[in-house]
Amino acid sequence: MKPFTYAKANDRADATSQAADDATFIAGGTNLLDLTKLEVMAPDRLVDINRLDLAEISETDEGGLRIGALVSNSDCAAHVRVRQVYPVLSRAILAGASGQLRNKATTGGNLCQRTRCYYFYDTAMPCNKREPGSGCQALQGFNRIHAILGASEACIATYPGDMAVAMTALDAAVEIESAAGEVRLIPVRDFHRLPGDHPEKDNILEAGDLITAVILPPPVTGRQIYRKVRDRASYAFALCSMAAVVEMDGDRIASAALAFGGLAHKPWRDEAVEALLVGEKPSAALFGRAADQLLAEARGYGSNDFKIALTRRVLIAVLTEATQEGAAA
Amino acid sequence: METTELTVNGKRHELEADSRVTLLDALRNHLGLTGTKKGCDHGQCGACTVIVEGRRINSCLTLACMHDGDEITTIEGLGEPGNLSDLQAAFVAHDGFQCGYCTPGQICSATAMIEEAKAGWPSFVSDDLAGPDALSDEEISERMSGNLCRCAAYPNIVNAIRQVAGGKS
Repeated sequence: MKPFTYAKANDRADATSQAADDATFIAGGTNLLDLTKLEVMAPDRLVDINRLDLAEISETDEGGLRIGALVSNSDCAAHVRVRQVYPVLSRAILAGASGQLRNKATTGGNLCQRTRCYYFYDTAMPCNKREPGSGCQALQGFNRIHAILGASEACIATYPGDMAVAMTALDAAVEIESAAGEVRLIPVRDFHRLPGDHPEKDNILEAGDLITAVILPPPVTGRQIYRKVRDRASYAFALCSMAAVVEMDGDRIASAALAFGGLAHKPWRDEAVEALLVGEKPSAALFGRAADQLLAEARGYGSNDFKIALTRRVLIAVLTEATQEGAAA
Repeated sequence: METTELTVNGKRHELEADSRVTLLDALRNHLGLTGTKKGCDHGQCGACTVIVEGRRINSCLTLACMHDGDEITTIEGLGEPGNLSDLQAAFVAHDGFQCGYCTPGQICSATAMIEEAKAGWPSFVSDDLAGPDALSDEEISERMSGNLCRCAAYPNIVNAIRQVAGGKS
């Protein structure tokens, strides 16, 4: 690890002003310290935000939930109201990492976790995300875990998390406070970026920005499902995951919010797929067309070609389960 | 250098250490508590698991200076020869190890995991998010997936934990 200075933030203004001056926040630290040990990241200054008052889950006036940025993944997944009315979020969080990591990892930090691309982690290799302009080794290399949607010639890394995939399907928003003290709300689906020519930027945060909470809108009725496919039964990142919130009206689909993990540089949501489903009777043919739509622009890079067929099967399986007659909410 | 006050197994320590020192290295190299093991040093193996403020965490992935004022329990604080904790005794009775290197992490992890289950926390394999009534072998395996055992003593580790947690095989 390269040397860094360490300071505890006293309050939000202290935290954001230090961050605006090039300091890096540390909360749970489970991803940042992993990367700092490998010198993939080398912050000069760490600002510990763990003492800030951001560890509460509270109800919003609208009937949703405000999850403080420092709420641990364990506490969020175990929160009684999250379990009752946002089960897809509990399931997604429980699908990720290990008990030890979920105890330490925070809501804000989880949103900011970085890709597990092998070449991003290997400082002997070129990587446009780690070192802009150096090239992308994954394009021609080992790319089993890499993106099939929304990638660029500069980067085919994926966003690795589960939590944000469920939050994307739930239309949650990230609450961000800037160094100037301004608070803004960004939909989770717009928080992460596609790589384009600047894969070094994972998300829309600017210097000095502090994530203060994630806001869940009032709960929707319908079936909620989180399905994750990975290389081992537990404690592994998704090759493909899917969060679904589907409501039926009689024998027709009334609404469908679908988000996918492990496929792109961000949790992937395709409104054209959802529009194609709404108002229709569930059928194998309909789900096949939904998969065609979702994967129309999909591209494999060799080792990850299988993800195209895998994603089709995951989509069809989850939609079949979600629209089954008598499916419990 | 950072000054950090840690309470480890009920004893207060004042630590003077570089900001880069992880909680794991502080315990082993500064406080001489070598029961906590360093495996991968990247949060993948669980050998370094300790209990901080009642929660199991990977001590390799946190800085000691982030824990000023915290209460920490390591394997040395759970029991000692002649006065083993229930889980320590169960690991002996069920031969829940071979080389023993992952064992302190397994036992610290399981100690806190049983409390998580008692608090009603569900897991990825729980059919009902209200949480399981008893810890099945499948539940124990999923909840312990952050602790690897290279000797693959998993069946006996599960047996030891089930005995203490009172679950059904």
